[in-house]
Amino acid sequence: MKYFLQLVLAGLTKGSIYALIALGYTMVYGIIKLINFAHGEIYMIGAFTALIVGGALQITTGLSPLTILAISLAAAIFFSSGYGVTMEKIAYKPLRNAPRLTALISAIGMSLILQNYVLLAQTSDFLPFRSMIPNFPFLTPGKSLVTTTQLVILITTVVVMVILTLLIKFTRTGKAMRATSQDKVMAQLVGIDINKVITFTFAVGSATAAIGGVLIANHTGQINFYIGFLAGIKAFVAAVLGGIGSIPGAVLGSLVLGMTESFGAGYISSAYEDVFAFIILILILIFKPSGLLGRNEIEKV
Amino acid sequence: MNKIIQEIKKSVLSALWLMILTFPIMVIKVNSYEGVVLWRWKNLMWIGIGTFFLSWLWRFLLDRKENGPGESKPDADRDGKFSLRKALGERKVKIPTLAVLAILVLAFPFMVKFYQVGIMTSALMFVILGLGLNIVIGYGGLLHLGYAAFYAMGAYTYGLMYLYWGLPFWAALPLGAVSGAVFGIVIGVPVLRLRGDYLAIVTLAFGEISRLLLENMSGFTKGPEGIAQIPRPGFFVKLSLQGATTYLFYICIVLVLFAIFVIRRLEDSRIGRALEAMKEDDIAAQSMGIDLAKTKLITFALGAVWAGMVGVVLAAKTTYINPGSFTLMESVMILVAVVLGGTGSIPGVILGAFLVTLIPEYFRALADYRMLMFGVALVVMSIFRPQGIIPRVRKRYLVGEDKS
Amino acid sequence: MSRTILDINDFSMVFGGLRAVDHVDMHIDEGEIVALIGPNGAGKTTLFNCVTGVYTPSEGNITVAGPNSEIIRTNGKKPNKITELGLARTFQNIRLFSSMTALENVMIGRHPKLKAGIFGAIFRDKKTRDEEERVIVDSLKILKKLNLAKYANEPASSLPYGAQRRLEIARAMATEPKLLLLDEPAAGMNPQETKELDDTIKRIRDEEGLTILLIEHDMSLVMSLSERIYVLDYGKLIAEGSPDVVKADPAVIKAYLGE
Repeated sequence: MKYFLQLVLAGLTKGSIYALIALGYTMVYGIIKLINFAHGEIYMIGAFTALIVGGALQITTGLSPLTILAISLAAAIFFSSGYGVTMEKIAYKPLRNAPRLTALISAIGMSLILQNYVLLAQTSDFLPFRSMIPNFPFLTPGKSLVTTTQLVILITTVVVMVILTLLIKFTRTGKAMRATSQDKVMAQLVGIDINKVITFTFAVGSATAAIGGVLIANHTGQINFYIGFLAGIKAFVAAVLGGIGSIPGAVLGSLVLGMTESFGAGYISSAYEDVFAFIILILILIFKPSGLLGRNEIEKV
Repeated sequence: MNKIIQEIKKSVLSALWLMILTFPIMVIKVNSYEGVVLWRWKNLMWIGIGTFFLSWLWRFLLDRKENGPGESKPDADRDGKFSLRKALGERKVKIPTLAVLAILVLAFPFMVKFYQVGIMTSALMFVILGLGLNIVIGYGGLLHLGYAAFYAMGAYTYGLMYLYWGLPFWAALPLGAVSGAVFGIVIGVPVLRLRGDYLAIVTLAFGEISRLLLENMSGFTKGPEGIAQIPRPGFFVKLSLQGATTYLFYICIVLVLFAIFVIRRLEDSRIGRALEAMKEDDIAAQSMGIDLAKTKLITFALGAVWAGMVGVVLAAKTTYINPGSFTLMESVMILVAVVLGGTGSIPGVILGAFLVTLIPEYFRALADYRMLMFGVALVVMSIFRPQGIIPRVRKRYLVGEDKS
Repeated sequence: MSRTILDINDFSMVFGGLRAVDHVDMHIDEGEIVALIGPNGAGKTTLFNCVTGVYTPSEGNITVAGPNSEIIRTNGKKPNKITELGLARTFQNIRLFSSMTALENVMIGRHPKLKAGIFGAIFRDKKTRDEEERVIVDSLKILKKLNLAKYANEPASSLPYGAQRRLEIARAMATEPKLLLLDEPAAGMNPQETKELDDTIKRIRDEEGLTILLIEHDMSLVMSLSERIYVLDYGKLIAEGSPDVVKADPAVIKAYLGE
């Protein structure tokens, strides 16, 4: 029973991280119909920025761990959003009217660029990431079911989701985003600045990915330049599973994927952990391409 | 004058922005074991200077793409302008050029150092892979990101059949082709309904699953440690390393020629036209009686055949294979060769494959920057020259007025 | 008594709760020119898409007469299979292969009538070579029939609008259909072009022994061409009969003019 609950918690933790990344995929796809292949790298850059800024502050200043955590998280969010927005301006904006496959190829290129940029500027080795989150006094390591970082990840994810939902439902920009994703031409006609909406979407999507990156680095304790690839692909799977373009769908898909992986690894075989995600992707696209919560789209002929 | 000031302003702003953006990753390096922070301010300077000029160039190119001089069409050389393509098309030039090329190719292994032959063989293998992937992407319009799986299929066909049954190279080569094609169809069937970007991601998933299976089915495939001591091909007698390498070089030349021959014939046929129609508008194509499912499967199979054969050649050349040779990066590199050279263009893909393999080989200093450059190539080509360095010239069916 | 070539029985098409076509019965007999009219959004193109296999009908039966007059149910068959059964269509929003020449577009239409496979393509035997020569000759003949021969070597996208519409018909005819389905063939044409189209459609019907079902908004063309008319409104069949009968039908007048 304890093992079962541990698997549930591990699955939820994984799912939460996937959800934070999947949001960016799903929002970008909803608005410009592009699989932003490089989105996983934004998450990786978030983790790296936190490691670098946090590490530098730890060594050079005597700030308290919580202050350092706050500063490095803020830095990760700022820089990741910056990379996301800049990437869009350079690699995707000139291709907005190009065939979708051309834009996808550009995105694959961007992913290679960012990976190798970090590899060359930093290192190809795994870097230790000293957790900056102090242990909660009410949790005894090894005895309690849930670890501090797991709890932090779960709570943070819920908070981010709530904020994002409010943002999209009630703010002007959020409404503009929804309008743009439904009908770009119409949105433009009613005076919505599409460029601003796209920039904002990339910024928000990158910010949540950065939060995911910082959290996972604290949780697993090590990062390298390649962590973005697999996490990105899996988050994409989660977004498709939930129904790409749908925000609740991305969350649901992520949790289902996280659970599947956790139970698959726990009860079947951990060697095949990564295979489950790919199999889910193939099955969902073959049998229900619109995903769990997505709308069916009928091509007009 | 005002315009220049404007441009300088834009470039300065771009440079400043990138200096801020890249600051943590480019400048700071934390060594937490020793508790030292390294500040690499020089990098910041280079980013600033580099961005200043590159952003200027970038804007210039973008501007030219949008409003600038109209693209010079391949057939716009009527006004006496020299055109390489046209010159090569003339018999007087074409035959001697091909003859010189043939002699150079045949003599190549005897003119250069031995290790150069090995490098060139790898490049030729890449040419065949590129030509194969090009059938799927360039003619079928299907972006396949799991192409390395077909390559692996060929390599493991030889590796495993040698391991268990002692199968020789020449028996493995056709079997590799067949297993590649069969695998192409097996992967193709479930993805028939998918299009465009979804197809790309699912083929990527299949590629990764294949690799993970090879890694994890250790009992059968020897897992991550791979299969070693696969024999090189012999020429009636067992060849020396040098002899076998030269032999493989010629085998690759023959395979390249064979691939070009087959692809050109396919292009100019009922199947080739069906592919073209499917790529342009699949719904209209289907309404014209083209069986999309069958056409897609044919495309996958025809593309995978070549990867299967090159896989066998790889196993024979390196005498050792493991799943690590067939990662997504391998698929992406083949994609770079195709996109860089020219999607759908045979000479383009050949050039692309040579660039991708030979530049990192001969400019060792650039080897570390290889993947970065490939990434840049994909982005830049997508934006400024999606048709590639040597664009495709499609065969046209032309009729004269008098024909009826 | 000419035989029925297309029979639509109690057919409906539902898109997520919306009934685009609602319990429709129709039949087309050999040699007829039949028009399907109705206000925008009445479900005409949806019906076309179901008949030609682009969508699978939600309810009812669609049958066509097979080569030996047997009755074949086409629900759920792929578009290419339906084309092989002798139905060919044009598209309302022109879907030519725009980078191909007019001739090449028609050559694509010949696809189901050709045999060559991979091995024919690679070895290029006598049979394949003959077939390849014939396809060009045949395609050119079809272009001539629709007065398009002068555009044979032009890319489809550079043709004048009216010629593009005719090329769609030529491409469909290349599949040698028994029944030709034309989706708004005169849309965007000037009166002169429409008049020519009127003549062309009548001519090809007579010369090729075709049966034609067309969707059209240009009433003068509909009245001049068709022998029978079906009228759809909000997915329901509200009238059918000869042009004169339909013209006088109060339900039709109401549908077009409102209350």
